[in-house]
Amino acid sequence: MPYRAHLMVCTGTACVSCGSLEIKRVLEDEIRKQGLEDEILVVATGCNGFCGQGPIMAVQPDGVFYQKLTPKDIPYLVEEHFLKGRQVKKLMYTPSEKEAPIPKLSEIGFFKKQRLIALRNKGLIDPEKIDDYIARDGYKALAKALTSMSLEEIIKEIKDSGLRGRGGAGFPTGLKWEICRNARDNPKYIICNADEGDPGAYMDRSIIESDPHSVIEGMLIGAKAIGSHKGYMYIRSEYPLALKRFEIAIKQAKEYGLLGKNIFDTGFNFEIEIREGSGAFVCGEETSLIHSIEGISPEPRQRPPFPAQSGLWGKPTNINNVETWANVPRIILRGADWFASMGTEKSKGTKVFSLVGKINNTGLVEVPMGITLREVIYDIGGGIPGGKKFKAVQIGGPSGGVVPSSLLDLPIDYERLTEVGSMMGSGGMVVMDENTCMVDIAKYFLTFTNNESCGKCTSCREGSAAMLEVLTRISEGKGEKGDIDFLQELGQAVKDASQCGLGQTLPNPVLSSIKHFREEYEAHIKYKRCPAKVCKALIKYEVNDEKCTGCLLCDKECPTQAIIGEKKKPQTIDQSKCIKCGICYEVCKFDAIEVKTEERL
Amino acid sequence: MHVEATVPKLKIEDLEKIRQRARRMILLREGAGRAKITVHMGTCGISAGARKIMNALLSMVEEAGVEDVILTTSGCAGLCSREPMVTVEIKGEAPVKYVDLTEAKIRKIFFDHVLGGKIVTECALAIGSEREP
Repeated sequence: MPYRAHLMVCTGTACVSCGSLEIKRVLEDEIRKQGLEDEILVVATGCNGFCGQGPIMAVQPDGVFYQKLTPKDIPYLVEEHFLKGRQVKKLMYTPSEKEAPIPKLSEIGFFKKQRLIALRNKGLIDPEKIDDYIARDGYKALAKALTSMSLEEIIKEIKDSGLRGRGGAGFPTGLKWEICRNARDNPKYIICNADEGDPGAYMDRSIIESDPHSVIEGMLIGAKAIGSHKGYMYIRSEYPLALKRFEIAIKQAKEYGLLGKNIFDTGFNFEIEIREGSGAFVCGEETSLIHSIEGISPEPRQRPPFPAQSGLWGKPTNINNVETWANVPRIILRGADWFASMGTEKSKGTKVFSLVGKINNTGLVEVPMGITLREVIYDIGGGIPGGKKFKAVQIGGPSGGVVPSSLLDLPIDYERLTEVGSMMGSGGMVVMDENTCMVDIAKYFLTFTNNESCGKCTSCREGSAAMLEVLTRISEGKGEKGDIDFLQELGQAVKDASQCGLGQTLPNPVLSSIKHFREEYEAHIKYKRCPAKVCKALIKYEVNDEKCTGCLLCDKECPTQAIIGEKKKPQTIDQSKCIKCGICYEVCKFDAIEVKTEERL
Repeated sequence: MHVEATVPKLKIEDLEKIRQRARRMILLREGAGRAKITVHMGTCGISAGARKIMNALLSMVEEAGVEDVILTTSGCAGLCSREPMVTVEIKGEAPVKYVDLTEAKIRKIFFDHVLGGKIVTECALAIGSEREP
């Protein structure tokens, strides 16, 4: 007998880390207790995307969305909804205190504007079951490509679709395949780049976790078009769940003969080997990645020759990122025109972004290219928490740049982001509110890239260190006249003189924040003040005598005993002891602690 | 001599068979059926035999081998004396509420209305649905 309801419990990394496996277990127990085990099926899915609300669950076919579940909610939920048929309002998503809960997933703003291609199966299939993937037209595109399309037709379809690399630079995928196919040498290799390293970005992890077969199918189609029989999956070992699910997917595909020899009796052979990376950021760069697979030190090398001509073991190699591969089967199945009907003139289809930072709806979203920043941040992201003002968003990770609030109506595509000094990158979006200091953020990203520089190019190794030193000085109130010009000049030099993408893009956060927030740099340098009240050397904490009740809560929490005063009387802060940790500000129930940044000329 | 174990390798026809088999499960998740039958399973409905109606529907769906009919449950419809009740919604048509159901009646409703498109007027309470103001 078929089930009447499926409970789709998210078991992506974020939900698992807040206890979704326990929720699944308790659900199954409770359903058995109520005798509903033959009617209701509990399904573990990959990442649903609404990571900030986890653990989450969608009830199908009704499409009811439950969030922030705890084990103690489950008995009531099972009895009410699944036994008695009454939906449980208190476990539904509520946009704000003033609004009513929204029962259906499809009506929640976060999901409403999304268009799913790469994430088409998220939350709908069990990623550890190949039959679930097949039910959603999985491997149908492969069958089509192998039996009714010529190699030229496959490449033409991808070229016509306008698909561009989703890993960062946005190189046209079809063209990349064609160059590799036309290379004379053999054998040829295919690589999937799952070395996702940008802080705050996790779209590739999520695709592998929720739909690993879509990547395998994409690689198979690419291999056929290029004439390759061997592929590598290069994945970070920090992604244990994605790794496990990909291993399972390979095993299942092999059992079905979808990987191996003579696939679909067409004489086509292909196998995939997994290589684990150890988390060096530079390995996301294609020549470093190739070196890492070869077992030598992961440093980039000069291009040309490009990997398409001479890559892995000196042979023609095609590297695409996870999201790019996941798009391929859909394009083959539904056609280039369908894909190209979405997006802007030069950027087609959709893009997955991870929406993190100071935003209400944290998570993973897939949106059509050309959507405005405003729609992503307000309609999907639900705006900025605590009624604060939106200041800027860092797009493209440490290689990208900040886009200020004045550009909220900017349509998002490859060209426009580059024009404003940012870049698509892999699609990380770190949202910042008015309490974010641009100097501090630039310093943060530069600290990261400085650490991750492989050290081969002097410009990148020493240039990032020198820039970081200046930024640190500025944030400490020791900035000097000419620092901004120096940062711009040095930044440009680092871009020009570095060999790989890491060095070529690392000055972006600094250059773009100077471009859009120059006055903030000047405030730090000229007036020694931090307008966002973040840089520790430029702020101090003070007690507002009128608001302070002398409750001594701050005194209890202060790690350095810097709070002085008697009970029930206004306190004062001993500035010589204060380490500016901000804990007093956070615990005060009366808003009596104030952060000040004064002009010092 | 080494003989490789023969793995039942997938042919393109097999792919389609797997797809058909797994499709019904997935359709339920997509929530995109042609028809939706809601069994009202409040306390009143359950005590009047709604579960029997549900089970009958589940086996009919299987018997008829239909893929595009979604079965679901909801709470009390507010007319407890006429339970068991179901609401049948065919895409693009007004929902129909059926009352005082028995296994024989639901069988007729399933085959005549859900599959045949003809409303079983003798069991119908009303056409249309109450709304929030």
